[in-house]
Amino acid sequence: MGTTSTQMIVSRLRVENRASEFAVPEMVIADRKIVYESPVHFTPLRSETLVDGDALRELVLAEYRSAGLTRETVDTGAIIVTGETSRKENARQVTQALSGLAGDFVVATAGPDLESELAARGSGAVEYSARTGKTILHMDIGGGTANLCLIRAGEIAATGCMNAGGRLLKLDGQGTLTYVSPVLRGLWSLPVGSHPAQAEIDALCARLARALEAAAGLTKDDELLQRLTTAGTRPLPLNAPGEDITVSFSGGVADCIGRDFPENAFGDIGPALGRAIRQSALCRGDYRLGAQTIRATVIGAGCHTTALSGSTVFCRDVALPLQNLSVVPVSAREQEALSRYLPEKLRAQEDKAILALPGFAAPGYAQIQTLARDILDAVPTGPLLLCLEEDQAKALGQALACRTDRPILCLDRVRLPRGSYLDVGKQAGPAYPVVVKTLVFGKEAQQ
Amino acid sequence: MNKQELAALVADILKTMEPPVKGSDYRPAVPGPAQKETAEDGSFVPDITRLDLRKLYLTEDPAEGPRYLAMKAKTPARLGCGKAGARYKTLTMLRFRADHAAAQDTVFSQVPEDYAEKHGFVAVQTRCKSKDQYLTRPDLGRCFDEKNLEILGRELPKNPQVQLVIGDGLSSAAILANAADCLAAIQEGLKLRHIAYGKTVFVRYCRVGAGDAIGDVTGAKVVCMLVGERPGLVTDKSMSAYITYEARAGVLESRRTVVSNIHAQGTPAVEAGAHIAGLLETILKKGVSGVALYGEAVG
Repeated sequence: MGTTSTQMIVSRLRVENRASEFAVPEMVIADRKIVYESPVHFTPLRSETLVDGDALRELVLAEYRSAGLTRETVDTGAIIVTGETSRKENARQVTQALSGLAGDFVVATAGPDLESELAARGSGAVEYSARTGKTILHMDIGGGTANLCLIRAGEIAATGCMNAGGRLLKLDGQGTLTYVSPVLRGLWSLPVGSHPAQAEIDALCARLARALEAAAGLTKDDELLQRLTTAGTRPLPLNAPGEDITVSFSGGVADCIGRDFPENAFGDIGPALGRAIRQSALCRGDYRLGAQTIRATVIGAGCHTTALSGSTVFCRDVALPLQNLSVVPVSAREQEALSRYLPEKLRAQEDKAILALPGFAAPGYAQIQTLARDILDAVPTGPLLLCLEEDQAKALGQALACRTDRPILCLDRVRLPRGSYLDVGKQAGPAYPVVVKTLVFGKEAQQ
Repeated sequence: MNKQELAALVADILKTMEPPVKGSDYRPAVPGPAQKETAEDGSFVPDITRLDLRKLYLTEDPAEGPRYLAMKAKTPARLGCGKAGARYKTLTMLRFRADHAAAQDTVFSQVPEDYAEKHGFVAVQTRCKSKDQYLTRPDLGRCFDEKNLEILGRELPKNPQVQLVIGDGLSSAAILANAADCLAAIQEGLKLRHIAYGKTVFVRYCRVGAGDAIGDVTGAKVVCMLVGERPGLVTDKSMSAYITYEARAGVLESRRTVVSNIHAQGTPAVEAGAHIAGLLETILKKGVSGVALYGEAVG
């Protein structure tokens, strides 16, 4: 669900044991197949800033019917709230409106880093980079934001976000301005209700395109770049100076780069912005339009949100699914003295938290037992939710289980960045499906 | 290439080694302390066995060097060795011989005399009298003489649910590196599941079939043997667990369940141990092991 459009896809994931019968199992998601794609809907809004929860629920229910789905047939689902919409305090409403619709596992997720990655994957840019070995700067340009992703030889190197999109201005059929995004402060002066000339819109789009050029390191305009970089995201450009890049586009505006649309086709500045980008330095070098454009993010989300934990893990008496576990990262140094560091870290946590520990390289069992005792000392009550980087969750889980009757969930081989949240689904073979997410909306909205 | 040139080449490669490609699953070996050997002229020669093969790419003027390295990061196979005419380069050939020598040394090395006593294991020896005999007479590595059978009968409790056995097999190094930690994890996992295990046996000059003889003596429901794997050119410290339900002399090989590749770069010993404990519970519950267990869910 983005600033402009809302889409739904249904995919079927196949889970497979890749290890031989003579080794410890290694479950992987072997195949991701899209079985249904909804049409692109405008995101139902009650006002410029408020999502219409009831209309959204109706929309999704209608899509369930056209896909021939019932709630029971859906095992896991994710609602990805992206772009400006996620900043409009809509998260709680969306979560409520859609809860119970996607099996047991409804997730409200947002955040520019994840969104950039999903768009880059869904557009085919990551696959293209892996296949060709090229360095790709992918831009998913939607209604409110442009999500940037730098990919080197198929590996995502960095993500960023800019406030540049096709619906920063909206106009009605008569060319009357009906909305001006607050991010345009200082770049646009005409108020809602006025009739801007096409030349004025083109001038704005040229500046937005120039900001995108600067974000790709093709033009130097630090002032403009800083003004439009989304607050709290990584400084741009992402690519190294002089690095040989191919620019790639997705998002609704990408369609307008590929061909001309009438100016008033969508009641926004998408056609003008697309044209401005086509004429900019971005399209003078090596560039490509994504295999998917407006659907890139939803396809990326449908196919790449869910991952699997390691296959030797431990769970006792923990009711799944679990949602919105906030990640408490523990460093290797802190792991050595948990009682000293953990109580304070956990005090700062209001939500259910999962400890992310590095673990040890090739540990002895005595080390695992010591760690188990330290964890029990440092976390005296409540369920024990843990995630290790190294492959030793089952060993640590059983060492804990021998020393306490408390519920235990101990996972491994999931990379949990600082500031992320984790959802854990019901068991798939010996592994557990997980969704690692970043949430930009405030804590009160996560309930 | 003379000795100095080779030393310079190796030193050069060691110096310019790039960090591993990001995002790969590869867990590199923790390098041991630098070993230097004195050359004839008194100077030092770098230890070529310390070179991480996954980062060693010798092809000259590659079209896609970084991508080839990214692929190499995912396999220990000796790829991208380059060539000198129709042959390996000197470095590749020497490293191959060094790894081969390490594997051979491992086969002939012994688990120390005091190993079993130090860990509180019951110590026995198969009918083999030496490593040479062990290697040339597999049949003798599967059975015990009267004296050792007497020790087994006297020391081991009868009819345990699980009998744990450690055998040196073809790699003493694998046993020294992994067996104790793996065993500790198995034992705690069995305690957690209230499964009774008797005393652990250490068998010198051990083949997998020796576990069947121990099954005959103890009447154990399941015999679980940790045994050193035949060393390869990738690692000489890999251990396997052979788990046999109702292990008795003459049992079919298809009735054994195997967990292989237990070593620092494969499945860590402690994690394998926790997995094996779950596997033992499943095998006891189902009353089968080996091929018959295929496809059963494993706790």
